[in-house]
Order: sequence, then C-alpha cells, then structure tokens
Amino acid sequence: MPMFCLSLMLAVTAVLSPVHAQGFAGLGVEAEGFAVPERGTRFDFPEDHGAHPPYRIEWWYLTAVMEDAEGRVYGAQWTLFRSALAPHSGEGWETPQLWMGHAAVTTPQAHYSAERLARGGFGIAGADPHPFQAYIDEWSMRSAAERIAPDGDALDALDLTARGEDFAYDLALTAQGPLIFHGEDGFSVKSASGQASYYYSQPFYTLSGTLQLPDGPVSVSGEAWLDREYSSQPLSENQLGWDWVSFHLDSGEKLMGFQLRQSDGSVYTAASWITPQGEVTAYEDGDLTLTALETHEVAGRTIPTRWRVELAERDLDVEINAVNPQSWMETSVAYWEGPVIITGSHGGRGYLEMTGYGEE
Amino acid sequence: MTLTALLALLSHWRRKPGQLATLIIGLGLATALWTSVQAINAEARASYGEASAAMGAGRLTRLHAGEAGIPVEQWALLRRDGWAASPLIEGDLEVGGGVFGLTGIDPLSTRSEGGNLAPGDQIIGLEFLTQPGLLLVAPEDVESLTGTGLPPVLASANVTPGQILTDIAVAARLLGREGVIDAILIDDSARPGRTPLEQLVPTLEQSDGAAANDIAQLTGSFHLNLTAFGFLSFAVGLFIVYAAIGLAFEQRRASLRTLRALGTPVSSIVIALLIEALVLALIAGALGVVLGYLVASTLLPGVAATLRGLYGAAVSGELAIRPQWWLSGFAIAVFGALSATAVSIRQAAVLPLLAAAQPRAWAIASSRRYIQQAVFAFALLALAALIPVFFSGMLAGFAMLGGLFVGAALLLPPGLALVLNLAQRCMKGPVSEWFLADTRQQLPGLSLALMALMFALAANVGVGTMVSSFRLTFVGWLDQRLAAELYVSASDEAQSQELYAWLDARSDAVLPIWSANSTIAGQPGEVFGIVDHSTYRDHWPLLAAAPNAWDAVAAGEGVMINEQTWRRLNLSLGDPITLADTSALPLVAVYSDYGNPNAQAIIGLDPLVERYGERVANLRYGVRLPPEDVPALMRELEARFDLPEFGLIDQAGIKAFSLSIFDRTFTVTGALNVLTLSVAAFAMFASLVTLASMRLPQLAPVWAIGLSRGQLARLEMLRAGILALLTWLIAVPTGLVLAWALLAIVNVEAFGWRLPMHVFPGDWLRLLGLAVLAALIAALLPARSLVKRPPRDFLQVFAQER
Repeated sequence: MPMFCLSLMLAVTAVLSPVHAQGFAGLGVEAEGFAVPERGTRFDFPEDHGAHPPYRIEWWYLTAVMEDAEGRVYGAQWTLFRSALAPHSGEGWETPQLWMGHAAVTTPQAHYSAERLARGGFGIAGADPHPFQAYIDEWSMRSAAERIAPDGDALDALDLTARGEDFAYDLALTAQGPLIFHGEDGFSVKSASGQASYYYSQPFYTLSGTLQLPDGPVSVSGEAWLDREYSSQPLSENQLGWDWVSFHLDSGEKLMGFQLRQSDGSVYTAASWITPQGEVTAYEDGDLTLTALETHEVAGRTIPTRWRVELAERDLDVEINAVNPQSWMETSVAYWEGPVIITGSHGGRGYLEMTGYGEE
Repeated sequence: MTLTALLALLSHWRRKPGQLATLIIGLGLATALWTSVQAINAEARASYGEASAAMGAGRLTRLHAGEAGIPVEQWALLRRDGWAASPLIEGDLEVGGGVFGLTGIDPLSTRSEGGNLAPGDQIIGLEFLTQPGLLLVAPEDVESLTGTGLPPVLASANVTPGQILTDIAVAARLLGREGVIDAILIDDSARPGRTPLEQLVPTLEQSDGAAANDIAQLTGSFHLNLTAFGFLSFAVGLFIVYAAIGLAFEQRRASLRTLRALGTPVSSIVIALLIEALVLALIAGALGVVLGYLVASTLLPGVAATLRGLYGAAVSGELAIRPQWWLSGFAIAVFGALSATAVSIRQAAVLPLLAAAQPRAWAIASSRRYIQQAVFAFALLALAALIPVFFSGMLAGFAMLGGLFVGAALLLPPGLALVLNLAQRCMKGPVSEWFLADTRQQLPGLSLALMALMFALAANVGVGTMVSSFRLTFVGWLDQRLAAELYVSASDEAQSQELYAWLDARSDAVLPIWSANSTIAGQPGEVFGIVDHSTYRDHWPLLAAAPNAWDAVAAGEGVMINEQTWRRLNLSLGDPITLADTSALPLVAVYSDYGNPNAQAIIGLDPLVERYGERVANLRYGVRLPPEDVPALMRELEARFDLPEFGLIDQAGIKAFSLSIFDRTFTVTGALNVLTLSVAAFAMFASLVTLASMRLPQLAPVWAIGLSRGQLARLEMLRAGILALLTWLIAVPTGLVLAWALLAIVNVEAFGWRLPMHVFPGDWLRLLGLAVLAALIAALLPARSLVKRPPRDFLQVFAQER
C-alpha cells in the first residue's frame, strides 16, 4: 500500500496531462525543499491526523469489506491524497496544495468508482485535526466524537461518506483496537538508499451503514482498515508495479503484506503481522511470498485475481479470490482494487490492490 | 429519345461557344460572390462557436453575479454540496498596445466523473499549475505576447486568436482579482442528490454560456449585412444567366420545333432542358465555389480585422473549407440555373408544334405592360417608404431596402421608355427618330442588364455615401476626442504617480484617463473619470446635453454615457443611471463613441475613485502642451521612464492608428462594391453581344437606306452611353435613399450609433464616368464586329427573310 500510494500521488499531477510521463517532470528523486521524515520523531495527535503541507505527499486511505443480510460480500474504498507542488500552504489560488479523492464500491457483479480533484486554499478539500475531518467536495471522513471515549483517539470512531454517479455510501466505523505504527514507531524505511515515510494504521474498525446502489439501498456491516502516511520522496525508478494485501482473519489477527515487482524480474516483499491486541511483527524481504494462480482480462490487461499467499513463520498458507475480478478503478491513473475472500490455513476477508499491469 | 434531344440541344453550345462562356461565367460569378460571403460568415460563426466551446458554453450552465463578481466562497459552497462546478476569471489584458481576452480556469475543477468542464479539451501539463504559469494562446498571437514580461506563452490550436487561456491563479494575479471570480460553470447533468442552485446560491444568476452568445448576437447584424450584399451580387449575376439562357432558348426555337416535328415527346425535351440546366449549374457552380473560395480568402483577413475592431470578436484569418458554404454555393447555382431555365421550359412545353420560328430578339413589350410595371413599381416604392414609419429594427431596414431596390429596378424600363418617348417628340430628323425608336425597341432585351447596372450603381452610391459619411464623421470625432497632444501609460501604480508629478511640471495640463470596469445601467462596460478641464468642455463631442452638464459631472452629480448605450436602452436626459453597485446618477449628456461595442460612461475623477476604489485602472494620462514641444517631451519621457511598449503615443500616432483600423474595416465593403459593378458591366456586355447578333434584320434596312456601318456602330455606342447615363440618373437617388437607410436604420441597429449623412457629388460624377465607360466598353466589341461585318451579311437579311 504505501509504495503504491506514492506512485498514485504522482498521478495527481499526471492526471492533468494526457501524457502521463509529463506529470512526473518536476518531481525528481530529490525532496527539493520539502521536509524529510526523521527517525525518532514523536507523533503528536490529533495534530498529526491532519495535513502536513511541508511534506510532498500524504494520504488517508480506507478499505472496507462488508456483507449484507443475505451474506453477499461488498467492498468499499475511500481515499484522499494530498500532493504539494511546493512545501508551504499558500493562500487562495496560489496554494501549491492539490487534493485528489477516490471512492469505490465493489459488489460481486459490479464495481463503481469515482474521482474528485481540487485545489486547497478554499475549504473544498483538506484534512483538519480539530475536529478531525478529511474531505473533498461532499465526500468526508469525520471523527464521530459522540462515539469516542474521553481519552480516546480522534480516529477511534469515524463517519464516512462518498458519492459517485451511480453509487453512494454512509458508513459508521468504530475501532476495536489501537493505532498501529509501522517500521520504527511509525518511521518506515522504504528502500536501501534510506527513503522513508511516516506510516501508521488503524486496522481494527468494525462498521455498519448503508450502500446506495442502482438497485436501491443495502444495509451492510463488516471491517475496515485505515492507512495514514506522509513523506516527500518518491519511489525508485526500477519499480514496475505492486501487489498489496490487507487481511482481516477470522482469528482476529491482521496481516498487511506487499510485493514490489522490479524490472529485473525479482520481487521485494514485506509484511506486518498484527495480533488482536495490536502487537506488530514486521517481516523482511523474502518472508512473504505471493504466487499468482489465475488471471482475468480486465480493461484490456491480464491481471491475476487469484493468489496463493504464504507466511511460513505464522503457518499462513492461504488462497485469496477476488469477490469481483473486474474491480477496476477507472480513475486518472487506473488500477485494480477490490475485496477478496481468504481460504486455506486461515479464513477471512481482505483487500487486494494491484498496479502496473500494462495494457497489451 | 431524351438523349437525342439533349445532344441536339447541346450542339447549340458547340456553335456558340461565346454564349456558353457567358452563361457559365455569369452563373459562376454570381455563385462566387454568394459563396465567398457564405464562406466568410461560416468561418466567423465557427470562430464564435470555438470561443463558445472554449468557455464550455452550451452544455453547461453559467453562474454569474454583477460586476462585483462572485465571492470565491460561493464556488466552494457549490463544490462542497457536490456540484461539478468550475470557476472562471475573465478580463481584458492590455499587452503591448493590444487587448487580449484573458480567461483563467481551474484545471482541477474541470474534470470529474460524468462531466468534463475542460475548455476545449486543452492539453494541460504541470507547467500550467506551477509558477510562473503558462499562457495558452492562438499560434498567431505567440509572437506579440513573447517577451512582454508575462508568463511563458504556448501555442494552442484550441485557443481563439485574441484570447489567452491560463491557470486561474495566474489570471487572478494578472487581473488583480482577490477573493472573487467572474463566473462558475456548472455541469448539472452529472450528479444526483444536490441542493437546488436557487437555495444554495440564491444571489447568482444562471445563463447558458452567455458571453459567447453575446458576440454572435452582436455580430449578427454585420453578417446580415454581408449576406444582403452577397444576395445582391447573386441577383446581379442572375441577370446574366437569365439573359444567356433566354437568348439560347430563342435561338433554339427552330431546333425545338424540328425535334417536336420529328416526334420527340414534350417530356423528353423538358427532361433534356432540365439535364442541360443541371449540368451547366454544376460546372458553373464548381467554378463559382473555387472562385468564391479565392475571393473569401482574400477578403477574410479584412473581415477578421473588422470584426475585431468593431466588436472585439476574434475570428481566425484562415479560411477552412466547410461543407455549409460550398454546398450552399452549389445549391444557389442550381437554383439560379433552374429558375432561369424555368421560363424556357414552360415555353418549350407549350410550344405549338407547327408555329414558325419567329426571328425576333425578345418579346416586344407593349406600352400597356410598361404601365402595369410602373404601377407595381410605385406601389413597392410607396410600401418601402412606409416601412420605416411603422416598423423599426434591422429587418425593417432590410425590407425597406428590398422594396426600394426592386421598385427602382422595375421602374427603370418604363422610365427609360418614357424618357425616350418624350425625346422622340422633341427630336426631328429621320436618323434621330429611327435611333430613338430603335433604342426603345431594344429596351426589353437590355432591360435586365440595365437593371443589373442600376443595382450596382445604386449600391455603389449608397455604400460609398455611407462609408464616406462615416469616415468624415469619424475624422471629425477623432479631432475632437483626441484633444490631448500626447498619451502616456505607466507600467504600474508607483510609476503612474511619479509620471503624473513629473508631467505636471512640464506641460499645460495632465489629464488622467482613469477607468474601471463596471455595469452601466445593467450593461457591462467601462466608466471613465475625468478632471474638470476646458479640454473636455471645448472639445468633447456631445450629441445631447443638459445645461451645465460639465459642471454636474465635475461635481459628481451627473453622468454622461455613450450613444450606443443611450440608444440601446432608450434613455432620456435626467434618467438615473446605476453604475455597478453604487448609487445612481442622473444622465446629463450623451456623446458619440464610434468603434466601441460596449457601454461607456463618464463621471468626475474623484467620484470614480470614491465609487470604485481599488478597481480603478489608473495608469493612463493625456498631456496638453504646445504641439511643437511634443517630440522633445517624448524623448525626455523615454529617457527617464521605463514605459511599457506603446506606452507613449502622440496624437498624430493615435489618429493614424485609428484611421487605419477604420479603413481596414471597410476594405471588404469596397471590394464587394467593385466586384458587383464588374459583374454588372459583364451583364451589360453579355446582353449587348446577344442583341448585336440578332439585330441584323433591324439594321439591314437602315444600312440599305444609306447609313454606313461606321455610322451604325457609332450610334450603337452612343446608345449604350445614353442608356448608362439614364440608368445612372435613376441609380443616384436610389443609392442616396439606400445610404440614408444604412446610416439611419441599419447602422443604429448594427452598431448603435447614428451618423449624419454627407453627400459627395464628385463621387457620383466619377461613378457616371465609370458607368458610361463600362457601357462603352461593353458596346465596343459588338460595334467593332458591326463595322467589320461584310456587306454580304446585310444583304442576306433580305434574301433570307421569311
């Protein structure tokens, strides 16, 4: 997820140009005056739930797996990206802070997605810490203060809403566990050359709410996972694409894992195992393996929609199957993102995200 | 059978290639003039369409408020409610002496699912959003905008000439807008479940792409003008076609009779005639379309300049080949040929099988027919005279002109007949009497050509008078209005203040020319503030004024507005005029303001600053000083101040510039005038050639009686000259009425100003010379061939007489 998000952030600028390559111009490998994450920095909440204009890129990324009364499985995505053209807030039109929202609902038969773009500076898009809300247009992710304990975190309960041409959702989320900090207390190293980000998650949400679909409203309940990350350095150049999973296992345990597909054919993998109490174990390159078992034709591309996922240290050997193999995000930069069913050594549900599968 | 008939009919053209050429050239010319006008109109409309598409008009709703603009929070409110809403900042940017329309867009608001608010699908890269920004302009504008201190410029085929498209942040910076935008584009088709606009933003008005439509509306009258001209040209060309086809029919009566006698059914002959007309129309149409394209591409830059100068409408100078005009060219050629053939076809259909082929030139009109025609003509003229009394507006103007033209044309043959009749009573002597009688007899054959000549002459007198009157008024107006000897523009406010102090010490007077964009009685326009100075009192051209108008303006108790606003809104002195959102002032005077399509008002300088504050553009000054000191002061100014390009213009410079724009504006009119006159001369030539070949039976007895061929030829020339003179006599008053209608009705509708009419008898005499010369040239060839005709031909007339 994190690295994918980085590339997606670049897309905010790419979206402005039909020639995507043009969008990357001006965003070199260097941080160019932007703040750089530093080891040992303490988070300051709720301030740090809000936007960090001195950093180039930042996101609020939520995925949810749900079911209705008949047991039909649904997925939902709500994402807000911030991309800065310069490391300051700016005022009015002159603000260099650009925002992009993605929202989607996946059913076994259909996948609906929507995108919003906005300039900061006018209250159309942003992320405020007091009280916490991330928003673009009428989409919002708000801290639900009435459902949060006095000493609780602002992210402990959220109200989430988004709307597209043919879908909408209103979801209430409540965290059943603490925030999770990746890497060294949230300082997450991204490459051998030292590129890093601040990275924390809230993987313990349970949710209930309503999906508005073309056939009418559907009441749902399920689990959700929120990722928060901000940084200033983009990815290495040898990245081709990215396969990322988040698992809500029936045992109450959580897994985040990814593999980076590199241009020399090798992969780089990483994983975090999270106990129901919120203890995190990080796994290094090679511990996690992802093997594609079956592909589908999706939007003119060949995309794996059934995978074998193994993490030997945790005796995990499962198969994941896309709820809807056509979970294609028709956004400025298109990618695959949708819910999966987990079977094998462990049962459960999760989310799969895949990028970089080119058109043939 | 049809094929045989067709071949037999077509063989006529092989024997008479000259006639065929006349027919094709005539129809071709008529089509060419029509096509060129259509092509110009089509190009202009396409340009407006592009401009409108560039603003995203048409599919989208446009929200706007008054001149004060829309607080940017309203846009944010719309977006937070879920509306696909895109903000626009629009304004004029003065660059290097020219004015560009600047539009700022927010590329991040222009794309969203279900709606594309992007103007003209622009290719927008990252440079567009990052400092210093990027200006997208038409390729032809790149040069004039490069190196002007503005952000970098990029050529884009999607931007109309004279326009700049840029990021809204850049536009806000260049136009000095803070916290306000000019319009919001809404795609109301895209998203469900939103608060109605009336509740959410009750203060905003909705329209469908208003700005671009305004241009189309504004220029509509100009194009109507052009179309009328095109139609006139076509009508003139059609005379040629009528003459040629009518002649061909007369000459082929014998063949038609023979074909019928041989058993060819009437239907075959009619079909053959139709096919012939269609083939001719297609050939002439093709010729005309090609010619029309050439004429239009020659004229288009001038028209573009006109439209830009008069209306601020940007039109590309490049002519694209569009089906709407070349198809209309072919259509009108076919229409022309068929309508000219219709008479022949009807006659062919009813041709008595055994009727002798009459060797007559044309049906000889009876005096009874002339009387009917004259009565009808007078009725038309009376109707034309009554139209302006009961109706007003552009269409009434054109209807009146139509009645006038047709009436005058119809009156021409009876009028000529009457003159010849009267002359015959006074004239004695056999040759004169024969000459007059013969002229009268030729009148029916020549009358179409003479009507064409009358049309062309009258149009020439009318349009010539209009343009010359306008020019004379314009020059006088420039002299009055540009009273200051020197005009200086500062590049910024600091320099402006320094400049003022510096100039004040070195001149008789420094007159600030400060202004602010504002609505004037609800119309978008510009308000100027002036100091109380004798320059204005003595020179400013007022059309109507209350007593002490200048005192009222100076005291901030009155406002002056330009003529076009005054006429458009039908205002009277004393009416309250609201300026933007400030309190109303009584109207104290109206001044003429040629060449400006928008509303304008003048108030005192202090009231201007009080009312508009920050929004006042305060960089320009007029400087009064003895003319001989101007060059020295200009040199000093240049040395001392870093003035913007074209920041320093002396009175003579501005006048020359204004006049060059004016003259360019009317090049098109002049060119069309000359073309119409040429077509008329050609029509005359065609008719005379036709008649000459058929008049031998009339001339032979006269020759036999003793008049030499040379004498006959001279009499032919004299006749042509006299007819041209008589036609001119009718054309001049017709033209003057036309000029009056143009100045008093059409101009008021089209431009919003009424001009005094001046007459130019010298021009009429020149035109008489031209008309007679054209007639003589047209008559020369037939006369020459008469002189060279062998006597045997004359004798044969008696031998062959049937």
